[in-house]
Amino acid sequence: MYKYDSYDQTIVDTRVEEFREQVARRMAGELSEDQFKPLRLMNGLYLQLHAYMLRVAIPYGTLDGRQMRMLAHIARTYDKGYGHFTTRQNIQYNWIELADTPDILAELATVEMHAIQTSGNCIRNISSDQFAGAAADEITDPRPWAELLRQWSTFHPEFSYLPRKFKICVIAADEDRAAMRLHDIGIQLTRNEAGEIGAAIYVGGGMGRTPMVSPLIKDFVPIDDLLSYVEAALRVYNRYGRRDNIYKARIKILIHEIGADSYRQQVEEEWAHVKTLGLDPPRAEFDRITAMFAPPAFDADAHDTIDRGDPDFALWVDQNVARHKQAGYAIATISLKAIGGIPGDATAEQIDLMADLAERYSFDELRVTHAQNIVLPHVRKADLYPLWQALDGAGLATANLDLISDIIACPGLDYCSLANARSIPLAQKIANRFASLERQRDLGELKLKISGCINACGHHHAGHIGILGVDKRGAENYQLLLGGSGAEDASLGKITGPGFDEDGVVDAIERTVETYRAVRTDGERFLDTYRRVGMEPFKEAIYG
Amino acid sequence: MKIATGNDLATGDVIWWDGEGWSRHVEDSADVGETGTALIAREEAARHVNGPYVIDATETPHGPRPAHITDRIRARGPTVRLDLNVAPADAGSGSWVI
Repeated sequence: MYKYDSYDQTIVDTRVEEFREQVARRMAGELSEDQFKPLRLMNGLYLQLHAYMLRVAIPYGTLDGRQMRMLAHIARTYDKGYGHFTTRQNIQYNWIELADTPDILAELATVEMHAIQTSGNCIRNISSDQFAGAAADEITDPRPWAELLRQWSTFHPEFSYLPRKFKICVIAADEDRAAMRLHDIGIQLTRNEAGEIGAAIYVGGGMGRTPMVSPLIKDFVPIDDLLSYVEAALRVYNRYGRRDNIYKARIKILIHEIGADSYRQQVEEEWAHVKTLGLDPPRAEFDRITAMFAPPAFDADAHDTIDRGDPDFALWVDQNVARHKQAGYAIATISLKAIGGIPGDATAEQIDLMADLAERYSFDELRVTHAQNIVLPHVRKADLYPLWQALDGAGLATANLDLISDIIACPGLDYCSLANARSIPLAQKIANRFASLERQRDLGELKLKISGCINACGHHHAGHIGILGVDKRGAENYQLLLGGSGAEDASLGKITGPGFDEDGVVDAIERTVETYRAVRTDGERFLDTYRRVGMEPFKEAIYG
Repeated sequence: MKIATGNDLATGDVIWWDGEGWSRHVEDSADVGETGTALIAREEAARHVNGPYVIDATETPHGPRPAHITDRIRARGPTVRLDLNVAPADAGSGSWVI
């Protein structure tokens, strides 16, 4: 894991003290809310429906036990005993008091964490593959490049006031576990025919009110030139992105309007100039960062078998455990989607427990996934059973990864001031309707995603089944979408037709999945069936 | 009727204008009539409230109830965490929210 150097620590500590003074001035009336709002947002502090909300950055979703335990401490000390893991691999606290915020940020700084650039029209937390460094299918660990981008983008003077917020994702496997093509810039590390590492660059993806899957802008950027290319890509956006209309300000709109070819050409011209500025880091600096992501000291003699004697444990292994690049080890995903629970929420006690288990069983590493789950990336296969037992005792062993009850849901109208409808109660109703694990497993991989408004924090466009909450004359109403995907086969869901009330949409989902069961062929996922047969059979079943 | 609401500057708590000051309980809300805009400007300038606004509400035997679902949820708390509501001990207190 990356460890702060003195520059990193000074930057974060200085920012805390700066914000402490800004909060004091606000409390004393020296700053109006209009003056203070951009300052608090730059430090991750929002004002939501019920209270201030603090969004803490978890760079590329990676953290250690010490940091995880700090997140529990903040939940327990300054909030109401829980936190909400988000679709940006961050954590949010929903009940923060303004006066406490500087102290919270100071405590975070002691474990090399902060809330900088978790809001505002800047480059946000760099996201990545939650299996990075462990995945059997990756060509390299993408996190050193994500870290390089984090350092480059932190307080970048030219990109602190972009036309709109900007999201970058870095992956290094063909299987896309991070919704890479739904980011403003998606970077896939790859190898060319000579075996050299470089990056395929996708630009202009995103969800929100105008969802788009990003086009490929450049198929191979030599890895030593990655930073200068991304700088050029941002410069073109910063120059031509619209600032007159918030709904037209994202880079996806710019590329849609001028065309990918034109954008590509302008980036190439800018890149030719940027490359002369010496922006790309010297190899020694990159090696310094990379060394901090060295693989842990795996036991080469670790047993490569799992005792599946306990049937409940075996189910969990089948569903929540993935193949590791190192023989004798596995990747375990902890579902934060207990049936009837709140997707992504974890209590301080659960967070502490996951920190303990990471230290005991996973070389002190955890990951937050964009699907609002937690990953222990390096678990000995022989330790999976005691790990599962400990999780089971804390309500964290739900064996539903990628099944219909593993629902992504934004906070919705229960917490969010932008939302039009509640997401969480709907997720709970759907999970309860499909609570039978046997039924869920029969339905197979089925990614259901719910957003409480058009901003799409719940990734509804990318759900095999997506749900969008809208306000229909003051009442909650839900539109149903089918056919989206955030994976390597990225696609955008299509609306089935008129919306439903809360119970109506649950019934519509029931009819949708029963239609799938009736028409699927052997081994066909829901998404495969939808793509083969199209919308009509589902529409007929839903609206009949 | 029209009532005024906003958030407490220091705590962020949802608060309601009761005619003399700000209350945590929507039931205490006073009808601000046509004076709302001036009232919230004055109160915000005095740092008594953050982000205030005026909403439509209905007078009931149990006190004013906001017209829109967003403000009804603000008045009570998250519908999925009744234990965190303004009146958690009164399980039925939010039955009018949805």
